[in-house]
Amino acid sequence: MKIIIQVTPRYQFKVPVYAECISPNVFEGKGLEEISRLEVWEGNRRRRLNELFKLELVKDEEGELTINLVGNFSKVRGIGAKMSKGRIIVDGDAGMHLGEGMSGGEIIVNGSAGSWAGGSMRGGRIEIKGSAGDYIGAPYRGSNEGMKAGLIIVHGDAGREVGCLMRGGLVKIYGSVRHFVGINMVDGTIFVRGDCAGKAGAGMRNGRIIICGRIPSVLPTFTIDSIRPNVDVDGERIPGPFYRFIGDIADGGEGKLFVSKVTNPHLSRYEKYLQ
Amino acid sequence: MSLLIKNGFVYDPVNGIDGEVMDIAVEGGRIVEKVDEREAHIIDASGMIVMPGGIDIHTHIAGAEVNSGRLLRPEDHVYDFEPKTAITRSGVGHSIPSTFTTGYRYARMGYTFVCNPSMPPLEARHTHEELEDTPIVDKATFPLLGDWWFVLEYLRDGLIKECAEHVAWMIMATKGYAIKIVNPGGLEAWGFGRNVRDLDDQVPYFNVTPREIIRGLCIVNKILSLPHTIHVHTNRLGQPGNYITTIKTMDCVKDLATSDKPVIHITHCQFSAFKGDSWANMKSGAEDIAKYVNSHSHATLDMGQIIFTDTTTMTADGPWQYTLYELSGNKWVNHDVEVETSSGIVPFRYRRKSYVHATMWSIGLELALLINDPWKIYLTTDHPNGGPFTSYPKIISWLMSRRAREKTLEKINRKARARSLLPSIDRELTFYEIAILTRAGQAKALGLKSKGHLGVGADADIAIYNINPRLVDPARDYKTVRRAFSNAAYTIKGGKIVAKMGEIINVPDGRTYWINFNMDCDVFSQRDLADLRRKFREYWTVEYENYIIPESYLKVSAPITVRVGV
Repeated sequence: MKIIIQVTPRYQFKVPVYAECISPNVFEGKGLEEISRLEVWEGNRRRRLNELFKLELVKDEEGELTINLVGNFSKVRGIGAKMSKGRIIVDGDAGMHLGEGMSGGEIIVNGSAGSWAGGSMRGGRIEIKGSAGDYIGAPYRGSNEGMKAGLIIVHGDAGREVGCLMRGGLVKIYGSVRHFVGINMVDGTIFVRGDCAGKAGAGMRNGRIIICGRIPSVLPTFTIDSIRPNVDVDGERIPGPFYRFIGDIADGGEGKLFVSKVTNPHLSRYEKYLQ
Repeated sequence: MSLLIKNGFVYDPVNGIDGEVMDIAVEGGRIVEKVDEREAHIIDASGMIVMPGGIDIHTHIAGAEVNSGRLLRPEDHVYDFEPKTAITRSGVGHSIPSTFTTGYRYARMGYTFVCNPSMPPLEARHTHEELEDTPIVDKATFPLLGDWWFVLEYLRDGLIKECAEHVAWMIMATKGYAIKIVNPGGLEAWGFGRNVRDLDDQVPYFNVTPREIIRGLCIVNKILSLPHTIHVHTNRLGQPGNYITTIKTMDCVKDLATSDKPVIHITHCQFSAFKGDSWANMKSGAEDIAKYVNSHSHATLDMGQIIFTDTTTMTADGPWQYTLYELSGNKWVNHDVEVETSSGIVPFRYRRKSYVHATMWSIGLELALLINDPWKIYLTTDHPNGGPFTSYPKIISWLMSRRAREKTLEKINRKARARSLLPSIDRELTFYEIAILTRAGQAKALGLKSKGHLGVGADADIAIYNINPRLVDPARDYKTVRRAFSNAAYTIKGGKIVAKMGEIINVPDGRTYWINFNMDCDVFSQRDLADLRRKFREYWTVEYENYIIPESYLKVSAPITVRVGV
């Protein structure tokens, strides 16, 4: 059994709310009274957590701390930032920078998440049942400290630049992704069950990208290497066959881009280079 | 308002006061003999240290280059922000704080005078605009003249007098304070995709050598009787084996010193003190440089200490910045400023476990500890190149405590630790020596008569630190020292209390110091002026008329008049 704290917005937020304090690491060991006094920013105003959210102790028994966010949190940024343990369950949508820099624990979103979900992640697990925005697992603007470890699962679609500057870990997108998946990635694995809008793996130096759906074209700086019957992702065997490309050669990269052969008949022209 | 600072332990090296308990009286923004105790605001400084306001001789805080650095690094700002208060403005920044924040942070540490080196003359307007937005502290800025086409042409033709006239005009036109030379000749060569390899390498097209540039400008500096010496960033900075170049650079102007007065300042010397011929066998050249400086009196240095942190490197040394980009693979900016200079920016992280970085850390401290005379070496990090200026308290604690150095030594790269000279150095600086390194020495080097001391008539720029030298042993309680120097108990600027226990309570505008030459002859003859205008039209994107910054452009102008007979 465990401690469950339920957090509900008191009203519909109009401006972004920065609530990096909504994290099991911060809540742990504090009473409800103390938690409700934590500082958050609503736009440029400094506020107390309980001015914006209703806090309720649902269950109080020894064990892992779970924070249950109920309602629309799409304007609330930085939920679970830097957390290393415990669980956050969002029943609704989550805003930008969800679980940024987290190193452990688990976040489950039973809705959609904004951009930079799992940004600069160091460990732990994020599961998004709906879709997600841009820059999944990507570092803050300007930084090159991309996702290093951990797991991000998105059941719906994701936006552009998934896994930007990624250095390790695994991102699984069961829907489709837009442009520049795995841009500048250094290591790690990105698995896309749906389609990709293009420009996959631009500037990648190492790591793997697997695309099961359709991709309009592969960048000219990728060279075909072989056709593989299947690919292993996290112990799971994904049936192929797949074209395996190596790139991005423009950056001296040795990344592996797997593209399904069956869903991409227009790429069959690459086969002649394999002889 | 008059102030009376009572019963503090006063450290005022210029006047030879070493920790005596005494009162300091302030009236009309200056230090006076005494004030009426009934009317004065009394500050009880018993159990605290009273020093002159801190002076930073080399810190990149304003200008086009710094601003490009800010734009380049959103990730530098995101976790370090300051909300506005009733009297201060909001701001951001770790290694490159925004202008207002820079002023506040210096004031919190008890600093009241900062020098912005390396201002491309073309960017002088921008630099002064940013300096005006840097509140509280007084400032001065040094135009870059070492790769300036006019200077190179005059020196090639041996026209020293004309060169001096031109430099005088340039310093007045850009409201500068001293002659800054960065990688002499190398920046011009960088325009051709090259660099100079040594002091006697020819600069392409101009056929002068770095030695001639340094010597020429040193003579010009003497002719113009500038308060500061030439401020030199040496050739081959950041390359293994460059300590020889540094010693040669100091040596090449040795004969120009006629008295004990220094004639050259080597800035951020740590970056110019590498021995060895590759990164693998790079080691410290601090001992050799210290030996030279200890036996000569014509040169001063500043440390350029590095801190193990994420920072942003920015210098006018374009070729070196390009090399740094190639070494680090980080994002980068490189820029050619028309006929004047170049510049570059690369974000950089100094790591404890890197052999080269750990050695660099050791070199900076070795320099400061091996040079016997504290009046010859000053504390800087070459902000932000070695680390942000907010880390000065950390460096002070390393200098004052062998134990603090050992604590860090334990954590650095093993090979670097084995080769470091630090374990063999027992010297621990006193508060008196720290006052020289951070204030009095720098004021002397800059020729500031009314700064850096607490004698009657000096500007009332005072820092009070909450640390009792009778009770605290800095060698043991180095953390207390670090804390005390991070947030001054009181910072007084121009007779006003500006910061109290880390909180800004008053935001006056700082003054901009610049050199106003009072020439016995006209600066330029009609023929020279026509030539200057013609060249402006040919070389620059800016017209002669728009280039000169009028005095009215400065918010608080503080000209220092220098009489010269060219």
